[in-house]
Amino acid sequence: MAGLGQKPTAGGRTYAGLGLPLMLPAWVIIGFFLVLPIGIMLVYSFLTKEFRGGVIWEPTLAAYDQFFFDRGLFGDEQPKIEWTYILIFWRSIWQAGLATLMCLLIGFPTAWFIATRPASSRTIWLFLITVPYWVNLLIRTISMKFLIRDNGPLNQWLLDAGLISDPIHIINTNTAVQLGLFYSYLPFMVLPIYAAVERYNFSLSEAAADLYASRWITLRHIILPVVKPGIIAGCILVFVPSLGAFLAPDLLGGAKNFMIGSLIEEQFKGNAGNWPFGAAASMILLSMVLIVLIFYARAQGRAHAKGAS
Amino acid sequence: MAAKPDLKRFPGFFALTLLCLFLLYAPLVIVMIYSFNDSQSITIWGGTSLRWYGDVFWGPEADKFKQAAINSLAIATAAAIAATTIATMSATAMLRAGHFRGKGASFALINLPLMVPEIVTAVATLIFFSAIGFTTGYATILIAHIVFCIPFAYLPIAARMEGVEEVYEQAAQDLYATRWEAFRLILLPLMAPGILSGFLLAFIISLDDFIITNFVKGAGIETLPTAIFGAVKQGIKPNIMAISTLLLGVSILFVTLSYFAGRIGQKTKTPTGETT
Repeated sequence: MAGLGQKPTAGGRTYAGLGLPLMLPAWVIIGFFLVLPIGIMLVYSFLTKEFRGGVIWEPTLAAYDQFFFDRGLFGDEQPKIEWTYILIFWRSIWQAGLATLMCLLIGFPTAWFIATRPASSRTIWLFLITVPYWVNLLIRTISMKFLIRDNGPLNQWLLDAGLISDPIHIINTNTAVQLGLFYSYLPFMVLPIYAAVERYNFSLSEAAADLYASRWITLRHIILPVVKPGIIAGCILVFVPSLGAFLAPDLLGGAKNFMIGSLIEEQFKGNAGNWPFGAAASMILLSMVLIVLIFYARAQGRAHAKGAS
Repeated sequence: MAAKPDLKRFPGFFALTLLCLFLLYAPLVIVMIYSFNDSQSITIWGGTSLRWYGDVFWGPEADKFKQAAINSLAIATAAAIAATTIATMSATAMLRAGHFRGKGASFALINLPLMVPEIVTAVATLIFFSAIGFTTGYATILIAHIVFCIPFAYLPIAARMEGVEEVYEQAAQDLYATRWEAFRLILLPLMAPGILSGFLLAFIISLDDFIITNFVKGAGIETLPTAIFGAVKQGIKPNIMAISTLLLGVSILFVTLSYFAGRIGQKTKTPTGETT
């Protein structure tokens, strides 16, 4: 036998032929309760709304029309671009982007520091970074709300320390939402960058230093390009959940800082009760996320092809 | 020439790491501290006491929180068992069954719940149950939880299975063990730490979920996160901090257990690996 004496490959075959039956439960559960529901949601986004929740089975483009166009109160005026929802989406992109940037600025140095520790202490550092992620997101958001309230501990200490004379107003502002998103998803930035830095070959840094490159020039021209896949993965892992976040904008942002998540929630749980519109907004959000992921997959594919050649 | 500078060090990176940890832990620590506050107000410190923990267990809202906790634990246990079983079968298919049709698609399918934004999953699930005329209740929460727990159970289980060499199962089969015996008597025990780790992570993920549960729960049925959210909408009261601290403790306990389960796995792997 050709394979005799060789180590078995990663793709083992002890249970060859059982692949499909073993995968069947996952296919049934995820296929029936996630893939099919997304398909039905797409159909619902083209149906007519029923007063206070539910749908009437009559195909229409009304939901998407309401999203993009303003036809006046009675629907008979010349259609104008409806900015309300586009602005909500734009604000979500902006907020998620700023939160991602904040995560990157703190997350990269942290990942670098951890990856350059001795192997034995790395796991402890990583453990410390991941523990908060597993703590209930709702509780973390409540904690943040409690901390930054107008008369919360943060303002109390700053007042007591004499650093400020009046409480800083953070809660119910855009800054509070960014802070909440940053706090929610920071571990997602650290982990993939850590994985990339851990594989980084330090002889590249040595070569740069031998050629009189300063530390920071090495960082910019050697290290950052090499660990870029990790940085991009981290940015996507923070940006995507931030974009559709509900808890941070709802609890920290207040009514004026509406994001996509709150807009969708209001169609189902709140007063708006417009299911087709909520389904359409969900489809638009899902499409945006898929576009980001496809770009990412293509960039990965290109990097792979480059590495192979 | 001066000593070679340490190329791995960047000034300020250590400080930023400490800042990162401080930012991650400060809000949690503060809520923990204030949960022991003996005062009606959440702002003024009135000395240390366990008063609000007493309120959680015996106060006016105790029954509501107790029922929500029972619901949360029952759903998390059932969802984690189902998700772990499905994830173990899937990992065996992906790593031990050679090539089969739809393998690439299967991998994408398992990871799909991680890629779809939570709010979209919530909307799709609610619409689906409504479309097929299924009344929302415990069953709908459980089904939705099983779906999004599968990838979280899959990750540590697949990572562990990759680390277990196939030679043991092959040896068992050479000694006339059936494939089922090889799986049950060889692979499963070697996999135990990974399976435990996957179960614990799935359990926490289910226990923590708010958005999807909020959409698919029936009227009057609450889990701990939805009960807490409902209470917080009326304003943060001291008993919320006590209950948050309790839940925080449970999460940290489970993650620590999962971490050590993974490490036990690593240790048993090395000596057996060397004897081959």
